[in-house]
Amino acid sequence: MIKQLLFLLRISRSGFIARRYFVVNGFDGALTLLGLNVGFYVSGESSLSVIISACLGAAVALGVSGVSSAYISEAAEREKELHELEGAMVRDMTDTAHGQASRFAPWLIAVVNGLAPFLIGMVIILPLWLAQWRVALPLAPIEMALLTALMVLFLLGIIIGRIRGTFWLWSGLRTLLIALLTAALIYLLNPT
Amino acid sequence: MAKIRRIVLDVLKPRQPNILDLAKALDYQVQVRVDEVDDKTESVMLEIAGDSIDFPAVQTVINDLGGSLHSVDEVEAVGVEELAQSEPQQV
Repeated sequence: MIKQLLFLLRISRSGFIARRYFVVNGFDGALTLLGLNVGFYVSGESSLSVIISACLGAAVALGVSGVSSAYISEAAEREKELHELEGAMVRDMTDTAHGQASRFAPWLIAVVNGLAPFLIGMVIILPLWLAQWRVALPLAPIEMALLTALMVLFLLGIIIGRIRGTFWLWSGLRTLLIALLTAALIYLLNPT
Repeated sequence: MAKIRRIVLDVLKPRQPNILDLAKALDYQVQVRVDEVDDKTESVMLEIAGDSIDFPAVQTVINDLGGSLHSVDEVEAVGVEELAQSEPQQV
């Protein structure tokens, strides 16, 4: 079963695509949650339940959006590829490994695309939850959430660096710089 | 009924899975030669050898991997009587 799934992953090249989607949408999720938290920090919002609800709402929406958008686009793309292959092979490919892969790949990619921002969102929200559960934190809860978001973005940068085969620290610092620029932009544009 | 010992097949298959996957999926002694490569497909000459080749099972494997059997180019079969004669007699 697992062997067959790995085989389908390989012939449909879904592994590479899922990895790309994970990084791209994970980055979106982390930056969105960072932006939300910077917004709350700048506005002086201190209600933890409000911040958690807003962040949770954003993470869920990003997750659902990730699943649906990736499924719709990937299913269409895979169907097109299968039709092209059917044209080249002059036969129906529905019952072949290619047919199975074209049905399986969109689901896998959609789940990865949806789970990436959702799970990353949960990691960023974690310090806020811990504070709500009265767990002692070294910094204010929102500052801890901001720090976690920056750390997650740095880690995503490292993953991008490893995929590209470039120096991990440089790649991590680059995504960290993007995160800091985003935070600065939100700070500057905030009317309060 | 005769047993098929060797067959040579002309198969058109998608580029993926590759010929290594095709060879591994067939549980026989296999020799694959790529004759022609296209954008999405390739034509391969598949030589299968074994004590008793299950031809429908071979067809199923080719079909499952997205291939099309174009022709059966060579067959080597051994009849049961001939098989019995070739086996060493016990004294």
